[in-house]
Amino acid sequence: MTSRTRLAIFAAVAVLVVLGAAGYVVRQAARQQAAQSAATPVATNDDLAAVTAVPHLAFRSTALGDTYGRVALAPLSDPDGPRTFTRAACERVYARADTAICLSAHRGLVTTYQSHLLGPDWDVRRELPLTGLPSRARLSADGSLVATTTFVYGDSYAMPGQFSTRTLVSRAAGGPSEDLEQFRLLVNGKQINAADRNVWGVTFADDDTFYATAASGGTTWLVRGSLRERTLTALREDVECPSLSPDGTRIAFKKHGDLPAGQWRLAVLDLATMRETVLAEQRSVDDQAEWLDDSRVVYGLPRTGGAAATSDIWVADADGGGTPRVLVHDAWSPSVSR
Amino acid sequence: MYITVRDRPGADQLRSGPRARVASTVVLLGVVSMLTDVSSEMVNAVLPIYLTAHVGISLLGYGIIDGLYQGVSSLVRVAGGYAADRGRRPKWVAVIGYGLSALSRIALLPAQTMGAITSVVVADRLGKGLRTAPRDALIADAADPAALGRSFGVHRMLDTIGAALGPIAAFALLLLLPDGYDAVFVVSFAVALVGLAVLVLFVPNRRLGRASAAQKPSRRDILRVLTTPALRRPLLAAALLGLLTVGDGFLYLTLQQRDDLAAQYFPLLAVGTNVAYLALAVPLGRLADRVGRGRVFLGGHLALLGAYLAAGSLTGGWAATAVALVFFGAYYAATDGVLPALVSRLVPDNGRATGIAAAQTVVVVARFASSLGFGALALNLGTASALLAVVPALAVALPVAAWLMRPRPDAAAEAA
Repeated sequence: MTSRTRLAIFAAVAVLVVLGAAGYVVRQAARQQAAQSAATPVATNDDLAAVTAVPHLAFRSTALGDTYGRVALAPLSDPDGPRTFTRAACERVYARADTAICLSAHRGLVTTYQSHLLGPDWDVRRELPLTGLPSRARLSADGSLVATTTFVYGDSYAMPGQFSTRTLVSRAAGGPSEDLEQFRLLVNGKQINAADRNVWGVTFADDDTFYATAASGGTTWLVRGSLRERTLTALREDVECPSLSPDGTRIAFKKHGDLPAGQWRLAVLDLATMRETVLAEQRSVDDQAEWLDDSRVVYGLPRTGGAAATSDIWVADADGGGTPRVLVHDAWSPSVSR
Repeated sequence: MYITVRDRPGADQLRSGPRARVASTVVLLGVVSMLTDVSSEMVNAVLPIYLTAHVGISLLGYGIIDGLYQGVSSLVRVAGGYAADRGRRPKWVAVIGYGLSALSRIALLPAQTMGAITSVVVADRLGKGLRTAPRDALIADAADPAALGRSFGVHRMLDTIGAALGPIAAFALLLLLPDGYDAVFVVSFAVALVGLAVLVLFVPNRRLGRASAAQKPSRRDILRVLTTPALRRPLLAAALLGLLTVGDGFLYLTLQQRDDLAAQYFPLLAVGTNVAYLALAVPLGRLADRVGRGRVFLGGHLALLGAYLAAGSLTGGWAATAVALVFFGAYYAATDGVLPALVSRLVPDNGRATGIAAAQTVVVVARFASSLGFGALALNLGTASALLAVVPALAVALPVAAWLMRPRPDAAAEAA
């Protein structure tokens, strides 16, 4: 082959490849636009005051279009009906009383994340510290305590490139945030000091007590925490992302068991008897569940099959019976305000 | 048996001099690596977000995928080197490696499950493992022996430029096309294809082992390379130093934990190291040609020691972080390209790719072992103290490594 032939072939390959890639990008852009304008706009109801006044569900709306990522509300009486959009856009949101915690992303060359406490009108009341990718957010029943969990790149010890978590508890009224990794972790009365301690997925019981997941050396525990004593006491192994029922008797959680890495089943643990019930949901759930009432839990699942990045909120019975069904389409990160 | 063992650069330096041009093959291979790195770093930069936000794999799952990277790559490395030497056509082994990685980009489009994505990632790393040694053998073959260090420096500089451009390209594309991960994969595939075209069309398909031109080297000839006395001691030194080399992740983690500032700009830490690396790759390669590759290789570990001290010290701030990153970049610049340059002069030409692969595997395995050991140490001491604890060990190991790597008059005599 002469060098001229080579150059010609190279030019042809380069032109073909560049045109192909550019064409694909342009077509994707056009399709995104078409999908956005063609997406049946979700039914909306603009009366924010009316829906706030009744028991309702707050969630991140993942319906394609201009409202993608915005926080929306829907009455519990008709959760999949018309939704009311707020002005807040969050990756993860949790609303209680007149307060909401919103973890949001600012996409750019370096994507940054913020943690904001929102007031009754969904305006920013306070900024909280945040490091890493938003994962979980929780408020106490009266909205006075805030917990956030983020994935921090690099906090790993065996594998380069693995991730780990940082969990902060703050008071909505103000003051410094507590890093739960600094609390004393007690397992069977013995203090664990290993530097690979991790804490995530907080659920509040009262002004002082909370439950969370703690992990070290490949084992995870359900821990009961005390903010006053700065302790985490292990209660049981293999419980992740606990969520306390409204009556305070049970905990919904994700259980790893002997499943392949990165898979969990939803289960409910009775705190009095420590008996656990695996729920009817057969798919792997990676979410901190929320209680719809004392007998049903809700959780988000990514929608499989479609190309679009959307998800739905599902509901399952807490006693392990029934069949899970979609509660709200195109939604993520549910929280219930009764 | 072997005729062309040359362990020091000094001998033929006068003939070509430091001003000699870097061979066009070296620059072409650099361009291939640059394009391939743009392609692979585009994907690596968005993979964590893509997996967690869009495929629904947890970040823990991603950690497991990431761990596979290292293991697979080092396993096939020696196989790639051996195949290149045995067939005496390193270019075709490199083409297979680059091609496999290119194909893995487009395979990400249909891959939607953890298992599928794991296979794709493994295929990519198989490709990387296969191509590295044959490519370095091609560089060593094309380069002027007196400018070996500089040639590898030029190659690594271009390679690192690609690694720095990749994430920028990916995030720029995502800015233009929100959630356009498919577009990132397609563009990444396109860039890899152009790189592959440069390799296939322009890099000469040189037959290696010009001295014994007639027949292919036998399996024994190649395997004997691995037991060459001239290679044994430098490999031992590289293994010793590798065992005391703490992974990037740990160093960045230490910096991040010290200044909370660094945590927000975590990705920039790697960028800082890369900038220092690409700025120093050529100057340190030249230096290696002048004062000896072994010395610069050892000097690189002295820079590593400096990086540990700067990162482990209690006083933080941007200045200390920047110093740590510059030292870390200097370490890479003084070792990553210098090691194959060093090794390619210690082994006979017909076993060059195997020799280079062996050296790189020794370093990778030693570093992996160090990662595990350091993990245990960090668990008990915290990363900063653990980092400082490695300093005296490295300080003791350096003179030992220097003794192991000292020029041996008998080898020089053999070469003459």
